[in-house]
Amino acid sequence: MSMYFTKEHEWVKVKDGIGAVGISEHAAHELGDVTFVELPKIGAVVKQFAVLGSIESVKAASDIYAPISGKVVKINEILNSSPEIVNESAEDAGWMAWIEIADESELKNLMTSEQYGEYLKTL
Amino acid sequence: MQLIYEKSTPGRNGVRLPASDVPAAAALPESLLRTEAAGLPEVSELDLVRHFTILSQRNFSVDTNFYPLGSCTMKYNAKVLENAAALFAPFHPMTALLPQGAACCQGTLGMLYDLGQMLADITGMDEVTTQPLAGAHGEMTGIMLISAYHKAKGNKKKYVLVPDSSHGTNPASAAMAGYEIITVPTAPYGDMDLELFKKAMNSEVAAVMMTCPNTLGLFNPHIKEISDIAHSHDALMYYDGANLNAIMGKVKPGDVGFDVVHVNLHKTFGTPHGGGGPGAGPVGVKKSLIPFLPQPRIVMDGEGQFLLETANQLSIGRTANFFGNFGVMVKAYAYIIMLGRQGLIQVSEQAVLNANYIKEKLKAYYDVPYDMTCMHECVFSASKQLAHGVHAIDIAKYLIDKGYHPPTVYFPMIVKEAIMIEPTETESKATMDAFIQVMIEAAQVAETDPQALHDAPLTMPIGRLDETKAAREQNVCCQW
Amino acid sequence: MNESHYCPHSPEEISEMLAAIGVSSVEELFAPIPSDLRAKTFNIPPGMSEFETYARMQAIVADNSKSMLNFIGGGFYDHIIPSVVDHLSGRSEFYTAYTPYQPECSQGTLQALFEYQTAICRLTGMDVSNASLYDGATACAEAAMMALRVTGRNRIVVDGCVNPFSRQVLKTYLYNLKVEVVEIAPLDGTLNRDELAKALDDSVAAVLVQNPNFFGCVEDFSAIADQVHGAGALLVASVYPVSLGILKTPAGMGADIAVGDGQSLGNPLSFGGPSFGFIAAKKALIRNMPGRIIGETIDKQGRRGYVLTLQAREQHIKRHKATSNICSNQGLYALRGLIFLSSIGKQGLAEMARLNRDKAEYAKAQLADIPGVTVLQSAPTFNEFTVFLPRPAAAVVADLLKHGLAAGVPLGDYYEDSANALVVTVTEKRTRKEIDHLAKELEAALCN
Repeated sequence: MSMYFTKEHEWVKVKDGIGAVGISEHAAHELGDVTFVELPKIGAVVKQFAVLGSIESVKAASDIYAPISGKVVKINEILNSSPEIVNESAEDAGWMAWIEIADESELKNLMTSEQYGEYLKTL
Repeated sequence: MQLIYEKSTPGRNGVRLPASDVPAAAALPESLLRTEAAGLPEVSELDLVRHFTILSQRNFSVDTNFYPLGSCTMKYNAKVLENAAALFAPFHPMTALLPQGAACCQGTLGMLYDLGQMLADITGMDEVTTQPLAGAHGEMTGIMLISAYHKAKGNKKKYVLVPDSSHGTNPASAAMAGYEIITVPTAPYGDMDLELFKKAMNSEVAAVMMTCPNTLGLFNPHIKEISDIAHSHDALMYYDGANLNAIMGKVKPGDVGFDVVHVNLHKTFGTPHGGGGPGAGPVGVKKSLIPFLPQPRIVMDGEGQFLLETANQLSIGRTANFFGNFGVMVKAYAYIIMLGRQGLIQVSEQAVLNANYIKEKLKAYYDVPYDMTCMHECVFSASKQLAHGVHAIDIAKYLIDKGYHPPTVYFPMIVKEAIMIEPTETESKATMDAFIQVMIEAAQVAETDPQALHDAPLTMPIGRLDETKAAREQNVCCQW
Repeated sequence: MNESHYCPHSPEEISEMLAAIGVSSVEELFAPIPSDLRAKTFNIPPGMSEFETYARMQAIVADNSKSMLNFIGGGFYDHIIPSVVDHLSGRSEFYTAYTPYQPECSQGTLQALFEYQTAICRLTGMDVSNASLYDGATACAEAAMMALRVTGRNRIVVDGCVNPFSRQVLKTYLYNLKVEVVEIAPLDGTLNRDELAKALDDSVAAVLVQNPNFFGCVEDFSAIADQVHGAGALLVASVYPVSLGILKTPAGMGADIAVGDGQSLGNPLSFGGPSFGFIAAKKALIRNMPGRIIGETIDKQGRRGYVLTLQAREQHIKRHKATSNICSNQGLYALRGLIFLSSIGKQGLAEMARLNRDKAEYAKAQLADIPGVTVLQSAPTFNEFTVFLPRPAAAVVADLLKHGLAAGVPLGDYYEDSANALVVTVTEKRTRKEIDHLAKELEAALCN
């Protein structure tokens, strides 16, 4: 399954028209110990690059932007009680929401894993 | 150490109340009463005194330790100010608001009026309101005044412009007044980037909020040009007075184009910081903004009597209960009349002298990202130490072990590993020399034994605390 | 001689420091300020010694009317203050410290504020409290802003019986935020419940009530809470902390947020400040709280300690997206509140509250005996009550002020058609003799 990234360090994995969304390992590392993840509401309709939720550590707070437009169909509620999963497994168990993708052609606005790796080197 | 609640014994009490000299009233209906007594402590007076005395000893404070917390102006708080404030304890604020009540309060109203006049002179403004209760509250009040000014003129304004080195309260206050924020980056010369500022300015900008000298401790030489550009777009200039301690008698914000100013009495005017407050944030304005000042506004009539204006329709209204943190005003007033003209000038001169002295003495050991003559504070970066894995916070904790309150660290946010030192004018050369020595020592330990810095502090009742656990568990109230 | 004796350097030390910096005069350090921008005038008078300063302050005090006998409240109350409050909060280790950013050397302030938060929770019945706000009026505004964030709605409904200053501050705070503030006009000095029901819809973020209210009336808002929650809004209750010695708690009534002014808890009247504002809420709302919050945690050795927590809500991290712009709070006065509550204790606060009510009921009976004076009877009261005089209260109050008596707050300035109404406050400090004196003087004033 291919993974796409935003410049703001969110990722999306696409399967059967559904995009699983989270933040990259790089972002999780930069934030430090995550203390809180504000998840979107199920049923919320989001636009690509609009605010989807937010994430906090002890000394920082960042918005999470939707890597793709669509409707939120599922959220990772475990993060409410165990936000540390984002640090332990940012790009897998630390997923935040599933989005029913409105328009797969928007993926062209994102970076592939390889491109994202190159992008990180420029920061 | 035990909490006061853990020292509690049922049935004990610390105060004997006066016996009642009136009949007991008929009981209130059950539906209006609480079902059980509030779980407050039950301790003897002596236990109480020991508890809080011992707690106080677990603090560093200006009276016990050098406290060079940048941006906070932790100067010595003269004791006579405490005595002066105590004189005013019995006066009820409502008295002044009763019909013909102002006549009973000529001393207190007159003092507030005089304080406003003196602050107006210091800042180059035309009138000052003492109502705002802290610096951030002053900022919010000031931006609301600006908003009222634009609305009265029919101006359509949407943005407040702040440099990226600004205090976090600036954008937060502007947002509370309904504005969106435009952030302008800092140029390599340490001031707001003039070219980017010019590009960012537009007719929808309501105000430009600046701290001058800024949070890097630098006075912006282009400030007049910035004001002129802002005014050409009918944007007003807001002065964050957090750093006023650097410039008293030297330059007045009003003379360089600022229209609205807030002053932190707890910083510049020697009133204590109280472990987090109270502060006071009087706001000064130019003539064109006077009609919008908060109510009640203290005015003087033709016969020298002080009155309260309470029904001005243009006013932004009330920003707090009464006349501000009055006790803090008393202290600031006493401070200003005691130091006087020359004293205040000397305060700024020696604050600037002290900061430059520390900067010169330490710049061989710590990176100075913007190396030029600073005003009342100097900003270093622990970037050299970072090469050894040592962060600004490690140096801060080492200083605690040596008996110094750490400088401000990680602010301003635009400086990596920032260490912001503000010695203030009240510190002696001997104190600063000893501090400088310890800072040099810290830089040496960073190279030879970084772990020692990671382990600090070792001399305190507790070591570094698990802040992640605190944030995740949110235990903010004793649960027993 | 140094003009400011708080600037300690000798001339020799100044020379040494200038040499170290590499400049020849202090003035050179001000070179970054362009010369054409320099101050041309500076008219502050010459300074003086601390003794002269203190004498000047005494002279200012003497310009106020002396020894006013207070029967006024309106948000600030003349209560007893045990001596320990001044002495312990007067320890300079407390009052010359600042915000406890460095927890290892600030455990005194941090633990005290944790104990304060606990006291506020226990007083109000709420789950979480912050470490103080500015005052009771701004706390009402902050609570309203919290509710706007939580609900995403844009309307605040306020009971007109809430302190007019709190309502004014609320309006000032919300004026620029595209929020509508709806006031429910009082019904005989109490909440008009029918009008509230009409005002409740899915645009309402919060309903703000006060207990006891500005008229002195005590109400049970439990049924209101159900209605408010039914509309998906939050109930904010502003309370007078001393009254909570006996009165039903905001949590007991189902409120989501409790606020109030802490002046009555060990803080002097001091012409209106400093006092402190408190805000406490249900646990689920903690991330939307404004201001500093202290949390318990441990160090590496497992020792208990206290830190500033949930700072990611605050302005120094979140800047314009912060829950509030507040930075400095009223920490020292919150500490005084804690020392007061710890000193008076669990039973003491209840006893003090009863004493207030007993004295106020006695005063009510004495004033009701004056010919032409009637008492507002629509609800029970705590230590404040409303009386109606046979003629406008303003003139009567002005008359009595000349006799050193602040007899009450005339309602005419704050409510229409209330020119004859007067709110009288009686705290535990007022003696029977003083109350009798008030009744006698009022009766005499009414005969004139």
